[in-house]
Amino acid sequence: MSALAHVPIGSGQSASPPPAARSGRYRLLPYLLLLPGAAWLVLFFAVPLVQLAAASLYDPTGSISTGYVLTWAFDNYPTALRAYWPQFARSFLYAGIALVLALLMGYPLAYAIAQKAGRWKNLLLVCVIAPMFTSFLVRTLAWKTILSDNGWLVGLLRDVHLLGPDGRLLATPIAVVLGLTYNFLPFLVLPLYASLERLDYRLLEASSDLYASPLKTFRRVTLPLSMPGLIAGTLLFFIPATGDYINAELLGTPNEYMIGNVIDSAFLVRLDYPQGAALSFLLMSTILAVVFVYLRRAGTEEVL
Amino acid sequence: MARETPAGDLRLANLTKTFGAFTAVDDLSLTVPQGSFFALLGASGCGKTTTLRMVAGLEEPTSGQVLLGDRDIARLRPYKRPVNTVFQSYALFPHLDIFENVAFGLRRRGIRSVDGQVRQMLSLVQLDGYERRRPAQLSGGQQQRVALARALINHPQVLLLDEPLGALDLKLRRQMQIELKRIQTEVGITFVHVTHDQEEAMTMADTVAVMNAGRIDQLGAPAEIYEFPATAFVANFLGQSNLIACDVSGGSGDDLLVTAHGARFSVPAGRSRTDNGPVFLGVRPEKLHLVGAAVQVPGGSQHLEGVVTDASYVGVSTQYLLRTGWGTELSVFVANSGAQQRFAVGERAVAYWDPQHAFLLGRDADEPDRTTPVLDEPVGASS
Ligand SMILES: Nc1ncnc2c1ncn2[C@@H]1O[C@H](COP(=O)(O)OP(=O)(O)OP(=O)(O)O)[C@@H](O)[C@H]1O
Ligand SMILES: [Mg+2]
Repeated sequence: MSALAHVPIGSGQSASPPPAARSGRYRLLPYLLLLPGAAWLVLFFAVPLVQLAAASLYDPTGSISTGYVLTWAFDNYPTALRAYWPQFARSFLYAGIALVLALLMGYPLAYAIAQKAGRWKNLLLVCVIAPMFTSFLVRTLAWKTILSDNGWLVGLLRDVHLLGPDGRLLATPIAVVLGLTYNFLPFLVLPLYASLERLDYRLLEASSDLYASPLKTFRRVTLPLSMPGLIAGTLLFFIPATGDYINAELLGTPNEYMIGNVIDSAFLVRLDYPQGAALSFLLMSTILAVVFVYLRRAGTEEVL
Repeated sequence: MARETPAGDLRLANLTKTFGAFTAVDDLSLTVPQGSFFALLGASGCGKTTTLRMVAGLEEPTSGQVLLGDRDIARLRPYKRPVNTVFQSYALFPHLDIFENVAFGLRRRGIRSVDGQVRQMLSLVQLDGYERRRPAQLSGGQQQRVALARALINHPQVLLLDEPLGALDLKLRRQMQIELKRIQTEVGITFVHVTHDQEEAMTMADTVAVMNAGRIDQLGAPAEIYEFPATAFVANFLGQSNLIACDVSGGSGDDLLVTAHGARFSVPAGRSRTDNGPVFLGVRPEKLHLVGAAVQVPGGSQHLEGVVTDASYVGVSTQYLLRTGWGTELSVFVANSGAQQRFAVGERAVAYWDPQHAFLLGRDADEPDRTTPVLDEPVGASS
């Protein structure tokens, strides 16, 4: 009986390979599928990128009205960094703190929705995504109201003496970090949710059967298995948060300005194209380096 | 490496589990003596896995107790119980290699040098050299053996095995059965082994419990259950039986007299589960002997005459169907010892049996004969 029952299992492996002609066409197919996206990227990403790179090396004494000359002015980079390193460092600091806050809120949230929500799952997911239906700008303006000096939140915090009588939230680093946390939270939660949703609860049972307390089960099973979502989520959160300027603009003061604000003003207010381009490139390469180090560490970490 | 002092017998007392209105395990009470090999046998969906899960702590009993020695562990968290499970679905950790899967339990209990033990365990399940593979790179049978090694390595006081050999081919299955039995005798761990395979249950277990719809129908040594089943379900789940609907018509000395369709039979009172009302007269097919219609049956035996309607030659035996006067077809297995007469379809023949081999079981008033062979569930089929 049992011998017969197992016959079909192995039989799929002996399927003959497709004829050579067909496999040749199939080898081309992925490249054909790549074509539209690649063309788009070349036109609207690669070409502007080269232009931006060129702009970052223009003679800084030029201006829009007099025109710019490409003088390979590599000096633009150290100059820009010397002038704006506080904003630069602040970007990474704020985005980093916001990321920690978002993880503390987002992981339990994603876990609860994926594993515990039952029939409420879809509704809760919609709740996570719903704010995205209104514009980023409007949501941030709403936070301005929430954090305002005569708003209920500040009132409450003053009442419980977490804030002094003149203490405020708006126009402080706290407001900017809170804004970043709020605005980018869904980007962290959604990929995490996707990973945790696939987590087989029977593995958690097996872990618990094998002497792992809930904490150890989280550390040894849940966390490693949610790693892909965690990595994707942190990147999707951290990268735009670092480059953001709306939150600092609306919820902070020039003292809270991040590098995004500087680039914004370089291009649109001061019209200093070389400096804006140089700062853009600095930001981009720093983020790339951070991401690279992060992926290397997260990817090779021996999860035992 | 015994972890704690021997804990004693595993006892389930009035254990009940309901899912909504559905009762999966119904007031179950049984004792598994310490160090014994206990097999839980039953049809799909009868509550075997649910019972094991309550012992493991993965399912909270609706009521009742799980006792290990004198300790009620029914409300203990799973990771606090000296109990390990070989899961029906394996539940291997996909992100860990085979070595780390097997070492998992040891590591979680803070044991540092696991190397020797893991390798020893892997060679026990014949997976040496597979240490660095991931579960997804193994066949179903290999995964099952990893699951076994992962639980066994902890030397728990009770090992729960939920169809641990279901995915193995026959040869490996027999090998693992012997290996499991050897390990069990050596280490003296209490094994609770769930299986669909009655042969596996009977060859391996000291005690077999036959479960039916959330209850234990019968519990005992394999031979005891086979020779004298307690219910019609057991009689046909464990092996095959001819059950003839009868009514008790009286007694004579140590025997009970029953009638069926005008024929009278006697059964020793000691082989009867009930002594009045509607009953089943049961005889196993291999306990029936077949002779030609004109031949005198031996004195003291009971007999029934009929027509052979089917004869299947299966090598070690020939399996006949004999249609009785009232239309029921009895199964008769005749060993191919060379001494027996062969019968052709259409021939008249007499089946006789020693009353000591018959048994009487309770029957609902309107239940008819039950002699058609129940199809064995395929070995290894599992939900
Ligand atoms: N979580 C649950 N919710 C509702 N019903 C359940 C649940 N778990 C099990 N059941 C039901 O309880 C009954 C017993 O299930 P169980 O898994 O114990 O069966 P089993 O004897 O192990 O069967 P098999 O041999 O097929 O593995 C089944 O009818 C099943 O549908
Ligand atoms: Mg089961």
